[in-house]
This record gives sequence, C-alpha cells and structure tokens, in this order.
Amino acid sequence: MPLLEPRPTPSAQMRLWSPLIAIGLTLLVGSLLFLSLGKDPIEAFGVFFIQPLSSGNGWSELMVKAGPLILIAQGLAIGFRARIYNIGAEGQLIAGALAGGGVAIACDGIDAWWVLPLMVVAGAIGGALWGAIPALLRTRFNAQETLTTLMLAYVASFALSYMVNGPWRDPEGMNFPQSIMFGDPALFSPWFEGMRVNASILIAAVASVGFWIFTSRSFLAYQLTVGGLAPAAARYAGFSADRTVWISLLLSGLTAGIAGVGEVAGPVGQLNLNISPGYGFAAIIVAYLGRLNAIGIVLAGLLMALLYLGGEAAQVALQLPAAITGLFQGMLLFFLLGADVFVDYRLRPRPKPVIA
Amino acid sequence: MTTIPPPFSSPPPGALRLELTGITKRYPSVVANDGVQLKVAPGEIHAVLGENGAGKSTLMKIIYGAVQADAGQIQWNGREVVIANPSEARRLGIGMVFQHFSLFETLTVVENIALALDEPFDLKRLAERVREVSTRYGLPLDPDRLVHSLSVGERQRVEIVRCLLQEPQLLILDEPTSVLTPQAVQKLFETLRRLAAEGVSILYISHKLHEIQSLCHSATVMRGGKVTGTATPSQETPASLARMMIGRELPVCEVPAYTGEALPVLTVSKLSMIPDDPFGTQLKDIDLEVRRGEILGIAGISGNGQAELLAALSGEAPGRAEAVKLVGLPVGHLDAGKRRKRGLAFVPEERLGRGAVPPMSLADNATLSAHAQGLVKKGFLRPKAAWEFAKTCIQRFDVRCGGPGAAARSLSGGNLQKFIVGREIMQKPIAMVVAQPTWGVDVGAAAFLRQTLIDLSRSGVAILVVSEELEELFEICDRIAVLAEGRLGPAVPKAHTNAEKIGMQMSGLFTSATDREPDHAAA
Amino acid sequence: MLEHLIPVLAGTLAAATPLIFAGLGELVAERSGVINLGVEGMMLIGAIAGFAAAADSGGGALAGLPAGAVAGALAALVFAVLSLSMAANQAACGLALTIFGIGLSAFIGQHYVSFSLPGLQPLDIPGLVDIPVLGRIFFHQDAVTYLALISFGIVWWVLRKTRLGLILKAVGEAPDAAHAIGYPVIAIRYGATLFGGAMAGMGGAYLSTVYTPLWVQNMVAGRGWIAIALVVFATWNPTRLVLGAWLFGGVTILQFHAQGLGIAVPVQLLAALPYLATVVVLVLISRDKRLLQLNLPASLGKPWLP
Repeated sequence: MPLLEPRPTPSAQMRLWSPLIAIGLTLLVGSLLFLSLGKDPIEAFGVFFIQPLSSGNGWSELMVKAGPLILIAQGLAIGFRARIYNIGAEGQLIAGALAGGGVAIACDGIDAWWVLPLMVVAGAIGGALWGAIPALLRTRFNAQETLTTLMLAYVASFALSYMVNGPWRDPEGMNFPQSIMFGDPALFSPWFEGMRVNASILIAAVASVGFWIFTSRSFLAYQLTVGGLAPAAARYAGFSADRTVWISLLLSGLTAGIAGVGEVAGPVGQLNLNISPGYGFAAIIVAYLGRLNAIGIVLAGLLMALLYLGGEAAQVALQLPAAITGLFQGMLLFFLLGADVFVDYRLRPRPKPVIA
Repeated sequence: MTTIPPPFSSPPPGALRLELTGITKRYPSVVANDGVQLKVAPGEIHAVLGENGAGKSTLMKIIYGAVQADAGQIQWNGREVVIANPSEARRLGIGMVFQHFSLFETLTVVENIALALDEPFDLKRLAERVREVSTRYGLPLDPDRLVHSLSVGERQRVEIVRCLLQEPQLLILDEPTSVLTPQAVQKLFETLRRLAAEGVSILYISHKLHEIQSLCHSATVMRGGKVTGTATPSQETPASLARMMIGRELPVCEVPAYTGEALPVLTVSKLSMIPDDPFGTQLKDIDLEVRRGEILGIAGISGNGQAELLAALSGEAPGRAEAVKLVGLPVGHLDAGKRRKRGLAFVPEERLGRGAVPPMSLADNATLSAHAQGLVKKGFLRPKAAWEFAKTCIQRFDVRCGGPGAAARSLSGGNLQKFIVGREIMQKPIAMVVAQPTWGVDVGAAAFLRQTLIDLSRSGVAILVVSEELEELFEICDRIAVLAEGRLGPAVPKAHTNAEKIGMQMSGLFTSATDREPDHAAA
Repeated sequence: MLEHLIPVLAGTLAAATPLIFAGLGELVAERSGVINLGVEGMMLIGAIAGFAAAADSGGGALAGLPAGAVAGALAALVFAVLSLSMAANQAACGLALTIFGIGLSAFIGQHYVSFSLPGLQPLDIPGLVDIPVLGRIFFHQDAVTYLALISFGIVWWVLRKTRLGLILKAVGEAPDAAHAIGYPVIAIRYGATLFGGAMAGMGGAYLSTVYTPLWVQNMVAGRGWIAIALVVFATWNPTRLVLGAWLFGGVTILQFHAQGLGIAVPVQLLAALPYLATVVVLVLISRDKRLLQLNLPASLGKPWLP
C-alpha cells in the first residue's frame, strides 16, 4: 500500500513552503553535524549566517557571489522548466570567461570605454556557443544534453588550463598558470574603496527583471513549460521541440558566459584556474530552490551566496573545512526534492477499519 | 449472436466456486465497491455488467489479489480465504486476462508466460507445453516470437494460454472483446464454452449487452460501486439490461440529414509512412476524403496504424506535403500548430498529457491549442482572455468541474473530453479529427459527445472519427472505412455495410495471403 | 614499439576497472527502469569511504573495497527513497546525489589529504601469464581488475540466463504489467538501485585504494558520468559495456604514455580526450533512434507508484 497519493490539483502553498522546509531541515541536520564535530550549533550558525553580514564588506562580498549565481540560475531555470538539463553551465562560464578574457588580453594597453562592453558581448557569445554545441548534438543527433553539457564542461576547463599554461600565460608570472592582470579599461571598477562589489551585479538585476517578465507573461515561456510538463501535449499543440532545446541551451549558455566575464573582469581580474568556485553547479541548486521563478531565484541566490561566505568564515573561525559548503548545498537540494514531492502528492490517510 | 446458451442448472448450494459477501473498497474520492455480493458456480459463465466507473475492474482486482478490500469476505470452494497478492490467487486456481494486456513487448511469448508462472525456470520445457496447450484449445501460438510482433488478438491468446497453463478453476476476463474482430469474438466464445464445459468458472466483464446475452448463464449488474441486480441474460432484453446498468433508458442520438453542399475538405492521397517507433505500424498507400457535413468513421483495432495515421493527419508527424490536403491546399509538411491555423482541429485519444497538460488549469489548457483565438497578443499571454475562453467552454459544453482554475487532471475522463472537444470546436474548424471520442466515458457524457459531433458535422464541418467501438461508428457516421495492418479500405456508406463485413476487413482481407496467415487462424 | 604497447594495454585494463564496476551497476539499475545520474557522487562517496577504511584499519584495499561498496549502496538508498518511494524526479535526484557526494567526500577527505596507501601488487595467473604478449596484458593485473571481469560474467549470466534477469527486464519495460501479475516493482527497483550504488562505490574505492592510492579531492574526475554514457553506448548490453570501458580506459591512460609513444600534443588536449570521446560516442550511438528505442528500457526515468 503506497503512502502517497496524487493531489487532484498541485498545491500552490506547498510550492512556496517547500524551500523553507528544506532550509529548516538542512539547518537541523547541520546542527547535528556541528554537534558531532564538537561545535556549538548556535555559535556555528552565528559564524555561518550572521558574521558574514556584520560588516559592509560582508554585504559587498554577498553581492559579488550572488551576482553570478543569480545570473546563471535565471538562464538555467528556462531550460529546467522545459526539462532540458544543462548541467554544464560551469563550462559555459569558462567559455565566456575565455572569450571575454581574450578580448581583454588583445586590447591590453588600449584605454577606451568600449573594451569592457566588448568583453561582455564576447563572453555572452562564447557562453552561448558553448551551449550551442550540445543543442546541435541534441537536435541533430539526439544525444542527451545532460551528458554532453557536463562533458563539455570538463573540456572547457582543460581548454582554460591550456590557454593559461600556453599561449596566454603571463610572461612575467613566474610560470604560474595565469594570464596578465587586466588593465582598468577591462575591469568593472569597484563602487566602494576596499570592497569588490561592482556594476556587474546590475547585469544580474536587469536580467532578473527581464526573466521575470519573460517567464510570467510570454507565450514562448509557456511553450517551454508545456514541453517540460507534457512533451506529447507540446507536439499536439505544434510547439517545436527543437526550438525549445535551442532556446534553453543558448539562453543558459549566454547568461553563464556573461557571469564568466563578470568574474574575470571583476573579483579575479585575470584568467587563471580559479575563476569560479563552482558557480555553474551551485546555480543548479539556486534555480530549483528558487522554484524556477525569477524572484525566487534572486532570494535563493542570496542564500547560496551566504552559504559560500559562511563556509569561508567557518574555515577561519571554527577550523572547519570549506567543503562543508558543498555538503550543505547537497543536503539542501535533497531536502528540497523531498519536500517538493508534496506539491503533487499528499500522504494517503490510513483506511479506517470497517465493521462488516 | 442470437444463439441461446446451453441450459445451465445451478449447482446445489454449498458447492459454489466463489462467493463474495460485503466487499467494500474505498478510494479517497470514490467508493469503488460498496457491499458487493457475487456468487459463481463451477462451470458457470457469469457476467459482471456495468458501465465505466461502476467498480467492475476494482472488484476483479480484489479477486485476483492485486487490490485488497477494506471489508468483506471471499469464499473459495466453500472455504474463507484472504488473497494477498496475484501469485496467491494463481495458487488457488484463479487466472486473469487483463483488458490492457499485462505483457512485455520486448520479451518472447514463452518468456512472458514464464514470468507469470510460479514454477522452476526452464524455458525449453515451457515452450513445449505452450505449444501443446495452445493447440489443444485452438489458440495457436509460436512461443519464440517477440510479443511486439504479434497482433492484438494474438496477444490476448498469450494471456489466455498463460492462464490455462495453470489449470485454473476460475478465469477472469476483463472486456476481452474490445480488441477482437467480430469473427474472433465467436472463436473466443467457443473456447470459453469449452472451458466451462470442463468445469472452469468464468467471470466475464463487459458492457456489451448482446455478447453477454449470447455467452453468459447469469449476470451481476453493478452501478456506482453497488450491485443493482442479478439476471439471467437470455431472459432479458438489451433494453432491460441497460436499464439495470445505467438506471434509465439508453440515450439515442438524433442524426438529421445534411442539406448543404458535400465538397471534399480533408483529403489524403497515397500516404505512406515508416514510423520512428520501432514497434509502430507502417502506413501503406492510404487514400481518403472527408466531405463537408459528414462524419467519416475509421474502424479497426488499435495497433493497426491508428496512432500513425492520426499523427500524420494532426501534424505531429509531418511528411510529404501533397499527402494531406485541406480544401485542396497541401498541408502534409506542416506541424500541428500550422495546420490548426488553417482550420484543422484535433481531439487525441490520450486526454491527459496530450490533449491537456495534467497539472495546468483549464484556462492555461485553453491556451494550449486555442492561443490564436486572442489568448496571446504580440507574444504575451492574456490570462483574462484565456479564463473567459475556458469559462465559455465549460458552460457551453456542460463541463462539470471546479471552474477555469481547476487542474486538468482533477476532471473525470468524460468532463475533460467535453472540455477538449469544446475547446477545439470553439476555434471554428473546417475539419476535425477525433480519436476514440468516448473511450472510458460514462454513458451520459458519451451520448452528449456523440450528439455534439453530429451537430457539428451538420453545421458544415468535415469530421473524421477513429474508433474501436463499431456500434459507436454505426451510430454517428455517414461512411465507414476499415484500417487494418496499415492499409485503409474503401469508405462505404453505413447503409451498405454491417458489422460482419467490417469484421472481415479487420482480419486483413485486403492484405497479401502470407501476411494474413496468423490472423486467419484466429478468424 | 611492442614493449611500449604492452604496458599501455595492461594499463588500459586497470583504467577500465572503475568504469566496468560503475557501468555494470548503472546498467542493472537502468534495466529495471531507474536512471541514477548520481554515479559520480556514489563513486566519490565510495572512494572516500574506501580510503578511510583502508587507511584507518590498516587493511588496505581489502578493507577499502567492501567499505566503498557499502557506502555507495547507502548513498543509493537516499536516492531510492526519494525517487522510488516518493516518486521524485529521477534526473534531479541523481544530480543532487552527485552534488552531495562531491561535498561529502571533500568534507571527510580533508582529514586524509596527503595520506597515501600501499595499493595492490599485480597477481599473476599461473600458467596464463606466460602466454606471449597476451599474458602480460591480461593475466598480470591486480586482483580487483579480475574481480571486475568476474562481476561482468555474473551480471551477463543473470541478465541472460536467469528468471531474475527476466524479471528485471520486465519491470524496466512495463512496471504496470509487472505489478499486475504480482511482482513487487518498487522492491525490485530498490534492489537494482542499491546494487548500482554498491558497484559504483566499489569502483570509487578501487580508484582511491588501488589505482592511485592517495586521496585527492574530486578524484573520480567525471568517470561516473562517463560510466552513464557507456551504458547508453552499450545499448544496455553488458558485453558492449566492457568493450566500451576498455576503449575509454585506453583513451584515459594515453596521456601518461603519449611521450613514450612519440605523440606530441599538449597534455591538456590528451587529458580532455576521454570527455571528448564520450561526446563523440554518444553522438554516434544516439543518432540511430530506432536502435536506441529497441533497447531502451521503456519505463526508464519515469516515476512509478503502484
């Protein structure tokens, strides 16, 4: 006897509650984890979630990390609605960073206003092209995008490694795998002295508004959603499945590519092997946690950014490994998927015994 | 069909094969069985009669152990038993032939049979026994063939042979004739009568009154989960049985004559297609023409190219431009959306997941196919317009639901079908293709849908109906053609044909002699 | 040339071992209708559990492999509860498992950074090892590499020759029909999924305790994903899976032997080769839709509740 039965109508309430339940459960299991490591959970959560936000610089860092997460997740959410699983946004981010960084290196020494915009455009194109490969392979050869996007992410990271070890290595970099530091025209300049937050966060903000309008009102987004919920219904209505694949992968590649430029032209300031702490993967969680909804993604992106900062703080203050962030991310996604089941299902009441 | 079953003397009390008392099964939204009583004697062919949703299938699943009753007793050969699962039912001697077959396409016949037998795994010996039993009962089968290469009738044979190998004392058949040609039905009845003569009890579930009258010794009639009566079918009339089944007279459709000009609207010429699906049927040289004001029916058993023909007509599987024409213009290469813009509406067989998106509201589902009716403007959705559209559709087509905000999956089959048909009609099509219009729908909704289609055709729309229900086609169509093994026979005016002639064509009379061999044996 | 080639081919077999374990496990799970994209995560969890057990007990690979199998199965259990009992989206659950596995293994692995293990000595099969050329390739391997091939033999036999194999296929093909004739679909899928987890865990433990016996964060490096791709490439056929794993094993170790074989290309390109090859292989096999559909377990990835 199964414990679950389908609800006649999906629960809109549960859809909102589910992320909160998931966060609650993650905190609960997190406390147990801290206890087992001999740390006071209250203190630990203070370090994780309060301390990072107790300074101006903390807020600046929150924005620096939330920006790319939100931007990438907005793009991914489009595909996830259509059940197009681009899990290689990390590769598209690197492709964008390489394209944008290439422009910066080529324009080194040129002091012109257009260098930075050109980098952003190049990054967008680079990311979109990296997303176009799996789109082509899926539409033309039926190859699953889940695997191809991820494989191409590995390829992109080796390409980056090749470029910073070879053609683009800084000749005065003491053989470190890194490019030259970009000049000011190729950088987003910080808004405040001593803080890293910069104008690239505006790209994420504008994109969020754009994606919100697109997903909530456009017929195209409706078609993508139908394609994800009921592929046969999409065919019946005459919505093109190929177009769905292309839009999903191009858009998510494009946003990831821009996020890549934001990193190399922002906090990193050059091309090296550490341009992303796994934003492309964490953005998958952000997209789901934000209910594939543009506003939800902004909130989820801020939370995930805080988790990154908390992990760094915990490393310093509590001597906990930074990998604890990854652990929390995984738990959060698990609990979210579990809680989400109750959007479409409910517990079956035990049948009452009947006296015959 | 009018043969009267051989006289059957009731066995002495106490010697019943199966006796159910007070069987009750509740689901969250419905009481599927409510205090059901049923008695079956050895060697008796007992009908369980009722329309869709009356609780017949649930009752059979309880007897077969696939579902557990909330209350009630089962007596088997005079002894009270609890049937916890199907393998226990099989041990007791209960076999079941499912309506939607419980077979595995990519396995062979003998592998399929082995899966349902609780005995040591030896495919070679089993294959011998399959051959032996199948010949003994006139149900020839090749044990080594893959199931997906079998016709629907042959698949049913696999299920029956699978049961017979277990030497059952009770055989349950759930709507067994919906997949058979009229001739194959007679053949099946012979087998069943022979089994009954050997002492096997048979529970025969159906809603087809004339079949029950010709085959069954006794009948239990169900409605709304309850037993509404028992009867001796040979002493009843179809009308009296129908009254017991639905609680009132059978509704009859009015079919006025069409008075307008009968121009061809939807034309198909030399349509051939190899399906993407390796288990699909190849369409061969299909020609047809649907005219204004008529309903053309396509008869045949599913799996003979129906799905492929429908996909080629709707645009879900586009092909050669000239193969499909709408008022003379080639549309065969266009996708479903573009064909709809030119006035071709389509009602698919699969309502949930194809005709409608299950978790979406009816208003959102209106946008699915009717977006060109002002529900989308400059690429943006117009939710209010969609809401109004759905509301109108609900009122005009008597859709019983919680309003335009109700999720498609919360509707009953009949009401969702009314919504989908209504949504398509409100787009004012010039031609409409409808697949299995009343499949799984209760009698009231079915009559409403049929009348709606007739009225629509008489307003000048060309309608093509694909259905497995021959009686339905004779009720609403003007002309009928038969689709068998991917070929379409000529469309014949209804007055010039009958069930028997159509049944002959279903057995593949217009295919080559070698193709026909296996089915011939069935007919 | 031959003296260069023999170590390459022998190394190919060892490099293929984790892929064979993980691939066979995923193949069995997919046959039952469950697609678990968490292979990478399960391998990582198996790798760290195996490494920890091997290092802490001092038992080496002998302790590491069972520990890896148990840990992999436990990880699969989490996936199974969500995706089978609760019918959550299998693709998303698998992704979650991978992300979780990356985090968990890195977290635990922090203790073991810069630890190293003794590994395993090759085990010569008496008699057979003396066959010229082939003996040094096939019969001069570590014990776990033989175990992988034995596992292949068992999986092949069960799938081809036994009732259990038939049931597995039936459940993957049509869970409703299997349920109707009385098979416990969910329980069978649990079994297949846990087997997949144990095999992935074992593959991971082989990597961390035998193949490169030291702990490196994220050391599975995409092999879990390649294993999933191999199952598609193999069209759910275990024999083709092993052949595919050897092919990939060869591509993987090419980078270590490139210089010896006189291949002059950037090392990053060689390192990227297995991933590029995966894409190429997927394209080649997926373009034939009918071939895939004929072999694809029909219910693969579709949530099912009785």
